[in-house]
Amino acid sequence: MSFTESRPDEVSEAPRALGVPLAELVGITKSFGALRANDSIDLAVAPGEVHALLGENGAGKSTLTRILFGLSQPDSGEILIDGRLTRIASPADARAAGIGMVTQEFSLVGTMTVTENLMLAGVGLGRISRAAARSRVLEAAARLGVTIDADAVVETLSVGERQRVEIVKALFHNCRLLILDEPTAVLVPQDVEILFDSIRRLRADGLGVIFISHKLHEVVAIADRVSILRRGRIVASLPAAGLSPRRIAALMVGAEAIIPDLAEPTEASSDPALDALSTSIGLASSDLPDAATDAPARSSGPVPAPAQTAPAQPAPAQPALRMSKLTLAGPARALLDEVSLTVRSGEIVGIAGVSGNGQTELVNVLCGVTATTSGTVHVGDADITERTVTERLAAGLGRLTEDRRGSVALSLSVAQNLVLEDLNRFRRGPFLDRRRIRAHVADLIERFDIRADPNDPIRSLSGGNMQKVLLARAIDRKPRALVASQPTRGLDVGSCEYVYSQLRALKRAGTGVLLISEDLDELLGLADRIVVIFSGRLIGEVPAHTASRQELGLLMTGHVANPVPPDERAGVTA
Amino acid sequence: MDFPLIAVLAATLTIATPLVWAGLGAIINERAGILNLGIEGTMYAGAFVGFLTASASGSATLGLLAAIIAGALAGSLMGLLTVTLGVNQHVAGIGTTLLLIGACDFSNRILFSAGSQAVTAKFDRLFAGTGFFAQYPMTYLAFLVAAPALWWVLRSSGFGLRLRAVGENPEAADAAGIPVAGTRYTALVLGGALMGTGGAFLTLSLLGSFTLDIVSGRGWICIALIIFGRWKVWPVVAGALLFGFADALQLQLAITPQFGAVPNELLIAFPYLVVIGALAIWGRGVRYPGAYLVPYRRA
Amino acid sequence: MKILLRARDSRWLAPAAVVGAVLLTLLLTAGPIRLAGANPLAAYERYLVTPLMSLTGLGDVLLASTPLIFTGLAVAIAFRVGYFNIGAEGQFLVGTVAATLPALYLSELPGLIALPLALGCGALGGAAWAFLPAWLKRHARIDEVVTTLLLNPVALLLVQGLLNGPWRNSETGFPDSDRFDAGYTLPALVDGSRVHWGLVIALLLVLAVGIVLAFTPLGLRLKAAGQSPDAARFSGIPVATLKWRCALASGAIAGLGGASQVLGVQHQLTASVSNGYGYTGVVVATLGALAAGGVLLVALLLGDIAVGAQNASIVLHVPTQMGTIVSSTLLLTVVAFLAARRYRLVLRRRPPRTQAPRPRAPQPQAPRPRSTQPRGPASTLGQER
Repeated sequence: MSFTESRPDEVSEAPRALGVPLAELVGITKSFGALRANDSIDLAVAPGEVHALLGENGAGKSTLTRILFGLSQPDSGEILIDGRLTRIASPADARAAGIGMVTQEFSLVGTMTVTENLMLAGVGLGRISRAAARSRVLEAAARLGVTIDADAVVETLSVGERQRVEIVKALFHNCRLLILDEPTAVLVPQDVEILFDSIRRLRADGLGVIFISHKLHEVVAIADRVSILRRGRIVASLPAAGLSPRRIAALMVGAEAIIPDLAEPTEASSDPALDALSTSIGLASSDLPDAATDAPARSSGPVPAPAQTAPAQPAPAQPALRMSKLTLAGPARALLDEVSLTVRSGEIVGIAGVSGNGQTELVNVLCGVTATTSGTVHVGDADITERTVTERLAAGLGRLTEDRRGSVALSLSVAQNLVLEDLNRFRRGPFLDRRRIRAHVADLIERFDIRADPNDPIRSLSGGNMQKVLLARAIDRKPRALVASQPTRGLDVGSCEYVYSQLRALKRAGTGVLLISEDLDELLGLADRIVVIFSGRLIGEVPAHTASRQELGLLMTGHVANPVPPDERAGVTA
Repeated sequence: MDFPLIAVLAATLTIATPLVWAGLGAIINERAGILNLGIEGTMYAGAFVGFLTASASGSATLGLLAAIIAGALAGSLMGLLTVTLGVNQHVAGIGTTLLLIGACDFSNRILFSAGSQAVTAKFDRLFAGTGFFAQYPMTYLAFLVAAPALWWVLRSSGFGLRLRAVGENPEAADAAGIPVAGTRYTALVLGGALMGTGGAFLTLSLLGSFTLDIVSGRGWICIALIIFGRWKVWPVVAGALLFGFADALQLQLAITPQFGAVPNELLIAFPYLVVIGALAIWGRGVRYPGAYLVPYRRA
Repeated sequence: MKILLRARDSRWLAPAAVVGAVLLTLLLTAGPIRLAGANPLAAYERYLVTPLMSLTGLGDVLLASTPLIFTGLAVAIAFRVGYFNIGAEGQFLVGTVAATLPALYLSELPGLIALPLALGCGALGGAAWAFLPAWLKRHARIDEVVTTLLLNPVALLLVQGLLNGPWRNSETGFPDSDRFDAGYTLPALVDGSRVHWGLVIALLLVLAVGIVLAFTPLGLRLKAAGQSPDAARFSGIPVATLKWRCALASGAIAGLGGASQVLGVQHQLTASVSNGYGYTGVVVATLGALAAGGVLLVALLLGDIAVGAQNASIVLHVPTQMGTIVSSTLLLTVVAFLAARRYRLVLRRRPPRTQAPRPRAPQPQAPRPRSTQPRGPASTLGQER
């Protein structure tokens, strides 16, 4: 699949129908127990309008879109399509009303072709006509401004291509209102450009688009109108033109009370209150376009970003974790390309990057889940490249992976999980020493503040508690090196803070920490230096105390700004 | 030595017939994501119920019909266990097989006191005396109607598309408005009916009577065929023919004087070993349906 | 009406489900019993109670349970590690063949040497029969279910082939082997009873497997490998190796069961030596919750039913196959009820948005800062969502 050469005309001023909105939500309320996920929300999308929906995690965006797409029913409120009251009880109803949705998790059948996937919704039992469907697929792709191989088997396509297939699927079903739920989260920068071109074409075509994102600069770039959700309510709905990212950010975290007039632009940088606020959500005034509100899940209010650490002492400590020319071959290209990096004792090295650029693979290689194609890994002086997981642990490697639920044996208890990697330490003769295990587990539960009974099945624990179990298991061994990947993803504020404090404590205790995160605030707050991974290569390094968000942002999209130190140089892009 | 090639090939088709019927049923089940280890028992039930009905009514056609219904019922039992309740499919299948075989043997004992080998109404071969083409109607139906029909259904019908979607990615199927549970039930009922037909062939065409252990592992053979046939109709049919040929060959060898010294049991075991060998050769790195063995629950 | 996943298992639900399953089994099997012309209540008494009321009956129950303990254990340890060995039937049969080998060709050996030798051969034979599927699984990733299943009829053919050929009885000419010499007889536990030392071996195995599963690091590793293979691999547990070893051990236990049966009960190899014990092992293991103690209890229960079925066939003329019907129906109803207890029916209400299994607290993602929560001893359990 490729995309057409022809770029759509600049349609920044799309035709705005002044009449009936395409879709209108009136007084939508939805509660889960005591939590009001949506609180009498009013929202209208006009034809030819890109309507951005912004808000922190848990603000109610996905609840709202699920209701609009028929995946969830509101407690009260109405949905009007073309001005007519419409009941949307299922995705089929939504499709019939002309609503399409593309989420981060694609609902495509991997073993089927693009055409077959598109035919799936509404297919009967009898004969199907591939040829007719195929030409409609191509037609829809042309409307989107992309070329699509209608006969390609979906699982052979890249993520960006699959997303295009999803959007084409929506058009294929005559969708007039397209909901895009964080569409850029899974995309590489080039694909983001293609996506934005497509959205502009759809807008010119008269479609309504609901665009959900955390990334303020994207919203500013593509949206006609911005609605901001906070704690289940729409706190502002404004034209995008002339809106500064900083104002949006302020609204998202709840500062509208101190902004006199929302509609009028204020001199942002002269407002000390706002500056303070921006800082508190991790915005520096110099780098607004990259405002990092795509922070980990923070369900309530502003979160103090981890405090900036003082520059590390230059005295070179012992290397704790040393990667040398790590390479992992993939089906098409190298997933890891000569990655070389040394993490010293008492140092936190951050790895920044857009998701899908090799982070998961790197973690898997370090943890012993995947075997490398070439290159070596040392923990301290021990070469662990070919070692088993158990040997790695014995060599002093600690692991905290992004897939928390995949790191614990879900069917075992908290206590069993806590000792699962250290069973040989807790035996008396051939038997498990239950008394010592009990004492050890009680001690860990106390020290790491795990809110659970030792005998609880671990699957019943919250994300934060599960992470504490994993932290306890990894840290209790006093690792020389800790690989921590997305350690706060999906955690609430308290748990995030807890993880940060533990990582800092480890650093003080002399562990070398490799911190892989998509959250720049986390990296800037914790790391001593930050390297950037792009397309499987480390393409740049910056000390954290001088790093600017813009510089990192550029690197993360593959632009090399400053050369990498020679010993760390690893396949620098041109 | 005069090797009766035509006779062996004709026997190959005949022996492969029940495997084709039941194998097609198993394809439908597994394409929907369900491993039906009830297949052995379902074939057994088809054989017994077909025989029972035919001998009671004097009509082989009625017997076949009853076998089809019995198979469909066995399929719905699997549906209740694996689709609705989400029971482990291995356990549900083995349990179903044990139950059905036990129930048939039980009824057999009650209805026909031990030893009585009632001969039933049975189908006759078509084109008798034409050698290779002298086959039972159900053989012709299997190769010329059922297999092409299922091939077409999987490839060019909406039902086939639904089946594949449900077995590969039920979440996506659900999002596309396809009833996942309904499709799986349909697959199990249809598949069970085909397995019952396969079993009925043994009593209503081949033997004309019912004996204990009449299926003797043919169901398990089908499960193996599906794997190295990669869930595709024609490779599975080819696998059935391979088994059929191996079995026909050993039957021929058993009456060939030069092979008199070879134990009969070794010859009987030969086709099973051929299938295991085929599995070892062609069963490597096969790709199972995405939702194989996984019950679907809406998130 | 909607079927929803239950938030969390209540304590009383599992026992209640088992009771419900037993009642349903009785109800379902009443039909065929009537069909056979007997009174269901009288038949149930025959099946369950009568065998236990006399010393002979008790002995028969123990005798009938012995092979089931072996095959149940064999299946249980394989299933536990996630290796679906459905070939215990074949492994049991090859165990009988392997135990017969020394009995026929080294028939003069004294019991002290002969018995361990024959039992060891049986275990080896079972493991050998389990070897091919396990090897194919490990090195070619070929599904063990199919290969273990396919080898069952082959094993039966092996037995029949030997009995019709080289091992045909030299006196009678029947397809049974010669009777074993005295050295190859597992002695009776009590004089005059048919219960033999095989039962003791089975009980020792139950004890050993139970201890390993419950009290050793290996037991915990097996559990993790079987129930969360990916996490187990992540934690350094060699899942494939464990599966391989359990597959062979499973075959060895089934084979040992075969040896015990042929040395303790038959005293000669016959084609009907197995009687479906391997398949019933799946029932025993599943109903016994893959635990050693559970296997023992269920094997005793099914032994009871099997003896009762013999009894009922003589006295009430209900065919013995009723035993199979009862035990397989019990299997299906129990797994069905245990599965059903995880769901609850909700009438005419849309499901709330459900997330991954989320115990206790019905509302998702209730945001509350944990650090401010009081944390008394009573609140450590159950306050987290």
